Amino acid sequence: MAVSVKLPRPFRRMTQGQTEILLNGSCVRELLDDLESKHPGIQEKIYDDRNQLRRFINVYVNNEDIRFLEGLDTPISESDKVTVISAIAGG
Amino acid sequence: MPFAKNLVCRECGKKYPLEPLTACEDCFGPLELDYDYEAIQKFLSREIVQERPPNMWRYKEFLPLSEPPKVGFDVGFTPLIRAKRLGDILGLKNLYIKNDAVNHPTLSFKDRVVSVSISKAIEFGFRVVGCASTGNLANAVAAQAASAGLESYILIPEDLETVKIMATAVYRPRLIKVRGNYDAVNRLCSEIADEKGWAFVNVNLRPYYAEGSKTMGYEILEQLNWQVPDNMVIPMAGGSLLNKINKAFNEFEKIGWIKKNTARFFGAQASGCSPISTAFKENYPEIQPVKPKTIAKSLAIGNPADGYYAVETIRRSGGRAEDVSDEEIVEGIQLLAETEGIFTETAGGVTIGVLKKLVKEKHIHPDEVTVAAITGQGLKTIEVLSENDYSIPIINADYGDFEQLLK
Repeated sequence: MAVSVKLPRPFRRMTQGQTEILLNGSCVRELLDDLESKHPGIQEKIYDDRNQLRRFINVYVNNEDIRFLEGLDTPISESDKVTVISAIAGG
Repeated sequence: MPFAKNLVCRECGKKYPLEPLTACEDCFGPLELDYDYEAIQKFLSREIVQERPPNMWRYKEFLPLSEPPKVGFDVGFTPLIRAKRLGDILGLKNLYIKNDAVNHPTLSFKDRVVSVSISKAIEFGFRVVGCASTGNLANAVAAQAASAGLESYILIPEDLETVKIMATAVYRPRLIKVRGNYDAVNRLCSEIADEKGWAFVNVNLRPYYAEGSKTMGYEILEQLNWQVPDNMVIPMAGGSLLNKINKAFNEFEKIGWIKKNTARFFGAQASGCSPISTAFKENYPEIQPVKPKTIAKSLAIGNPADGYYAVETIRRSGGRAEDVSDEEIVEGIQLLAETEGIFTETAGGVTIGVLKKLVKEKHIHPDEVTVAAITGQGLKTIEVLSENDYSIPIINADYGDFEQLLK
């Protein structure tokens, strides 16, 4: 099942400029695995040494932070909108 | 002559030239400004600074502009007040209030960060600026964009306080209410900044923007006659202000203007949105995001990107993070008004509430020099006082009625 995933600007150098990319998987982790298989090396930017999302990367499913869902195990269905964004501060 | 050298990733150390960048392209870590401190040390002295006009630009060598500022010429150098009456009540002999509730032009510490970031945006050649805001930043960006004749896009959570909305709208920016909380607004702005070639001050200009907060720290040191306070109590939303005041102290140590940054940093949050103080108290390795529910809307960031470093700064300094309830926030606003004649917004109520708690629990001692950072103006969050009973009588314009009232 293919889902459209939106990537942040710094990733685009590695995806030949693509901002949205179709990925396969039934949960967030599988989508990110598929991203790696399509663009080898990109996962290094997403995961830290412990294979967890890096501290300053946030993943949203339908505009909800996956830390409020089931993290990397958050299930994905075809109509879902997935976005990867860098964490930013403000106020 | 500019002294800023480059941007450096706080996580992996990768260096970047001074460009509009949100985060490290390798690991997404936040980017910090690095300066040629040796050159600053040779070029500048405390005496030179003290002869300059009383605004934040007296420390311009520590700010990342390559040209003279373009907006906010009179921002900063707000009063540092010896808070004797509040100190007496709390049991502190050396309490000071840094009062950014009277900052120029929009009555919050955000005037500092916006002066730097909009000046930088103009240097970079941007014609459109923007921000995601919990209110104070919206006021500051709208005002300063207007003064520079720039178009501005300002996105806010739909439930902000009326005054914060009107005090933004009056400058006629493109003001947009977003359904959801600040974190949702922030995420949307991040996507917009990625797509549009606009300068979002707290997104793609964030490294420059955040440096403006340091000026609050420089001013405190100068106003204390170059003595380092024992304790700093600072409100935390994203956690950036606390980190930047610490950076300011470290920089003055580096160039020998103070002996050593020995200050303990205390971070203040509202219990209804306390991801940073919770991470501190529970010893979490990472910040756990929360859904904010507090009257302190200016601090209602559930996913604070600088929170991790704020915890680190607090720990390293020997300080603490603490949080207070909505009732304690209103009590804090009231207490500061009654004792010092300073009317602060909810964020200031958080600071005073937490200060009171820290003294009570003996984390702050009576003889120590303590500075509480008041970052915003009470008129902007006036609705939180609506339930306070001020018993205001009405009489006829008759002297007898007045005498009667006094009985």
